[in-house]
Amino acid sequence: MSSTFDTIANIISETCDIPRETIKPESHAINDLGIDSLDFLDIAFAIDKAFGIKLPLEQWTQEVNDGKATTDQYFVLENLSARIDDLVAAKGA
Amino acid sequence: MRLETFQLIDRIAEINLTDRKISAEATVPTTSTIFEGHFPGYPLMPGVLLIESMAQTSGWLVVAINRFERMPFLAQVREAKFRTFVEPGARLTVTAELEHDGSGFAMTNAKIAHEGKAVCSAALTFRVMEFPNAEMNQQMRDTAARIGLPDAEALAHG
Repeated sequence: MSSTFDTIANIISETCDIPRETIKPESHAINDLGIDSLDFLDIAFAIDKAFGIKLPLEQWTQEVNDGKATTDQYFVLENLSARIDDLVAAKGA
Repeated sequence: MRLETFQLIDRIAEINLTDRKISAEATVPTTSTIFEGHFPGYPLMPGVLLIESMAQTSGWLVVAINRFERMPFLAQVREAKFRTFVEPGARLTVTAELEHDGSGFAMTNAKIAHEGKAVCSAALTFRVMEFPNAEMNQQMRDTAARIGLPDAEALAHG
């Protein structure tokens, strides 16, 4: 079974046509991979489907806009992976 | 269809919030200045307006699911296919189903049929946001009443 990071890296690669080998755990989806907000909707859709969750994009965006969080916390892929793991665990709790 | 005001849906025939599906009726006008250019001597409903019809039908579904508290704005059109020509006077059946209800976005699959035959289809993505102002919200509620979409209170009570 692939790790959460591998799953989202594959989704990003397929959705945005980004070479898989360039997608690293430390990659920032926006700043490093150049994914814009519209493309990220397709990624969020695929992640929601793959993991059976609903990424709280609106909440994250609000926290960033309010200065309560940085984009690194949600969009660096190793951090995104951890968030997804948390959401999956919460769903099963 | 009210082409002059871009209100393309005449009536909501059916909406099912459990199955997350909607069906609407839209009759292409027999006359319109649009047909003077599209095309001279051979009037056809423009494909972009068919897409808009699917978007508006999908939009009413998303508005209903969100109990008139949030508004969908078209963000992406994928896999649009146009199978047959649509002529003035055609009575169209526009259907949509919610593919995904995401955080701040929604995706639908929509189709148009004419006399039981598939006309076109597309996969649509919407950003779903707070209404920009109360006036727009009221306008949407008024239009919903005109086309037979149950109001927010009725939707809340199933």
